[in-house]
Amino acid sequence: MTADTLNPAKAGLRAWLTTDTPASRGHARMVQAYLGWLSLTRNPLALLGLAILVVLIAVSALAPWIAPHDPLAQELTNRLQPPGSPGHLFGTDELGRDILSRIIHGASITLYIVTLVAVTAPVVGLVIGTLAGYIGGWTDTVLMRLTDIFLAFPRLVLALAFVAALGPGIENAVLAIAITSWPPYARLARAETLTVRHQDYISAIRLQGASATRIIAGHVMPLCLSSVIVRVTLDMAGIILTAAGLGFLGLGAQPPIPEWGAMISSGRKFLLDQWWVATMPGLAIFIVSLGFNLLGDGLRDILDPRSGQ
Amino acid sequence: MPISSDAGPMPLISVTDLDVRFGSDDEIVHAVRGVSFNVAEGETFGLVGESGSGKSTVLRAMSGLNADWTGTIEIGGTRLGRVRGKPFYKRVQMVFQDPYGSLHPRHTVDRILSEPCQIHGMSDIDNRVREVLIAVGLGPTFRFRYPHQLSGGQRQRVAIARALILEPEILLLDEPTSALDVSVQAEILNLLQRLKQERGLTFVLVSHDLAVVAHMCDRLAVMNAGRIVEELTIAQLRASEPAEAYTRQLLKASLGYDRSAAAGMESFD
Amino acid sequence: MSGANGGKDGALLTVEDLSVRFHTRTGIVDAVRNISFSVGREKVGIVGESGSGKTMTGRSVLRLIRPPGEITAKRMEFDGQDLLKLSEKQMRDIRGDRISMVMQDPKYSLNPVMTIGEQIAEAYRVHTGASSRDAKTRAVEMLAAVKIRDPERVLSLYPHEVSGGMGQRIMIAMMLIPDPDLMIADEPTSALDVTVQMQVLAIIDDLVTKRGMGLMFVSHDLNLVASFCDRVIIMYAGQIVETCKASELDQAQHPYTRGLLNSLPRLDREPGPLPVLERQESWKTEPGVDAYFK
Repeated sequence: MTADTLNPAKAGLRAWLTTDTPASRGHARMVQAYLGWLSLTRNPLALLGLAILVVLIAVSALAPWIAPHDPLAQELTNRLQPPGSPGHLFGTDELGRDILSRIIHGASITLYIVTLVAVTAPVVGLVIGTLAGYIGGWTDTVLMRLTDIFLAFPRLVLALAFVAALGPGIENAVLAIAITSWPPYARLARAETLTVRHQDYISAIRLQGASATRIIAGHVMPLCLSSVIVRVTLDMAGIILTAAGLGFLGLGAQPPIPEWGAMISSGRKFLLDQWWVATMPGLAIFIVSLGFNLLGDGLRDILDPRSGQ
Repeated sequence: MPISSDAGPMPLISVTDLDVRFGSDDEIVHAVRGVSFNVAEGETFGLVGESGSGKSTVLRAMSGLNADWTGTIEIGGTRLGRVRGKPFYKRVQMVFQDPYGSLHPRHTVDRILSEPCQIHGMSDIDNRVREVLIAVGLGPTFRFRYPHQLSGGQRQRVAIARALILEPEILLLDEPTSALDVSVQAEILNLLQRLKQERGLTFVLVSHDLAVVAHMCDRLAVMNAGRIVEELTIAQLRASEPAEAYTRQLLKASLGYDRSAAAGMESFD
Repeated sequence: MSGANGGKDGALLTVEDLSVRFHTRTGIVDAVRNISFSVGREKVGIVGESGSGKTMTGRSVLRLIRPPGEITAKRMEFDGQDLLKLSEKQMRDIRGDRISMVMQDPKYSLNPVMTIGEQIAEAYRVHTGASSRDAKTRAVEMLAAVKIRDPERVLSLYPHEVSGGMGQRIMIAMMLIPDPDLMIADEPTSALDVTVQMQVLAIIDDLVTKRGMGLMFVSHDLNLVASFCDRVIIMYAGQIVETCKASELDQAQHPYTRGLLNSLPRLDREPGPLPVLERQESWKTEPGVDAYFK
């Protein structure tokens, strides 16, 4: 704080970022983003969640350089070493592979799954939900009954069925998760659309002659987006767990890929005597899930207009 | 009785036998019943009534927001259908009552104003936005603000700018100042009067406030329970000589509290 | 004893140096700044535009300001008791029994899942400990007192089934059950049509006159306050800028009051641009005036 006030350039930047009178479209957007960032920084837990995510991204990007060992290198003479043994901070698994290295390399797989699901399911849900909510009538009925059908199945069971049909593998696991996780977003987006649809600002843009596509994409969706984003971050933990569950059941990532769920799966045989084999990847899943949850809670406070100023 | 004979030979707006019903078969609300009126070019026509009188419903049917109506609505001699096209929206625009609800909370003033131009494929959008902001008394500093950074009066100015940017002939005003403080109301009413003179606009103003209507309009129709009770000129209103008892009561109630007058209030359902 | 002091000048409520502050992230917001006034058994109108502090003034008398808001006053005396020194429990008794509040929208003040009759009867039983049969009879009487036709039928309705005017009358009926000494009405008729507004005001007027109640009438409507109240307090930026007899409002001196009056469109005025209120910075800095009951 004191450094900021001493440094005129920094103080000038701050004033530029908090001004009431932005001078251009980009400027206005940056002011909004900065104000959002400011309210995020007032929530230490959300910052912790964000920090966890940043670490996850950094670790997966730098995996080849920071991992002490090759995640696939087997060393059968050195199998099932406990945490803290020389050269193996988290110990080794049943094939003598370094668990720390496997977790580090697994981070990118987790990130890959999470990103892929995050750019598919919510988008599908948002489009279906806003269409159903804005157009109404038959469109609404058909789309919502379809959503209900998907919602009626337990998610993991449905994902299992899809993976069984598509064949095991990470991409298919992600696809299965995406197919099973869009309905809640569709419901959420529809509910938001229904409250927005009769607002005067929607009437106003209709009276400007805007097409339904323009209204949905430009006016309705941005208002649904924040609650969907919040929901996605809160769901991420569940998505990681579903991916891990599929991996655990042998339907996700295939050995020897160091996916965290698959690692737990292979470690469960040794759970009683060599607890670390399953526990270490379990802890990784726990921490990343927690990170998403904390960030999601923080984002809800910032993005959700109903939570007040 | 001839309908609004004083509107001249060729009215710009002509509404005849307008009926609006809401709801499904078992529960129909007959909100507007056989409403007819004409508005001449350059005139300000007021629709006055209490809540539930159907005055806003008439406006929404005219604007095309509500498609469940029967009767005829003509603008410049052209009969309007239920679904309106872009040429209609370029001629007729609307200003809403609640300045807090009529601007998209996530859009900057700039986007709110430039989007109509994009829809209608207009050129030189940048200059149009700048000019219309000046015309409604907001400087360029307001251009990239979000609605939550504006006061009620400033928001209503933006809403008026949005209605004007397509350069329409007709503005439909739905209680444009009833959510504002009196001092801000005066500014907005003055602004509307000035814009009307500068641009030769025709206004249809819906309000519950007789004083506002008297200030703004040339003629008005008083509505109650979906019907037009009486049509009169502002001179007749000022002279306090309405023919109908309902109008007289409304006029009396508008003049302020009067214990003896309150005792004589009747219900006109 | 402060009790002797309270009734000496005939004032029910005496407020001295009241301030309401809100501690927000961006700093302290002064909603009400050092105002002093009193209310006798009369109709006092508190007028101002949005943000003038008129609503906060009404609410702070009942100590209904939540944190981060903070009320300070040298004195806030109601019938010999200093309201600021009372415990929260004693304050609740005052709120229910001695001072009533009517809000702008009855929909938020009535319980949506109880019939009107149940709510009135319950309010009556809580205050008097009467039997439920008595309570019902009283409820019918109360509704009749606020000029509701067919009160028996209205008793069995739910809040969403009554119109705004009817709801506001019901609220007033409920507020009157404990026979309060002071009523604080915050824009009680702003959501109503003019003719209904007249009728509701007539009811309040009669009650003030017949029961000798005091009324604090918070409103933005100058015309209405001038014609309805006995005395007017005009607030601007958290201060009282002027006070006068309601009948003499049209001779008000303060440029703010004059500006407000002039900016009103009137039926008896020729059309033409309305004078626009030019706000002066000095109005905020110059000291406010006291508005004691005489």
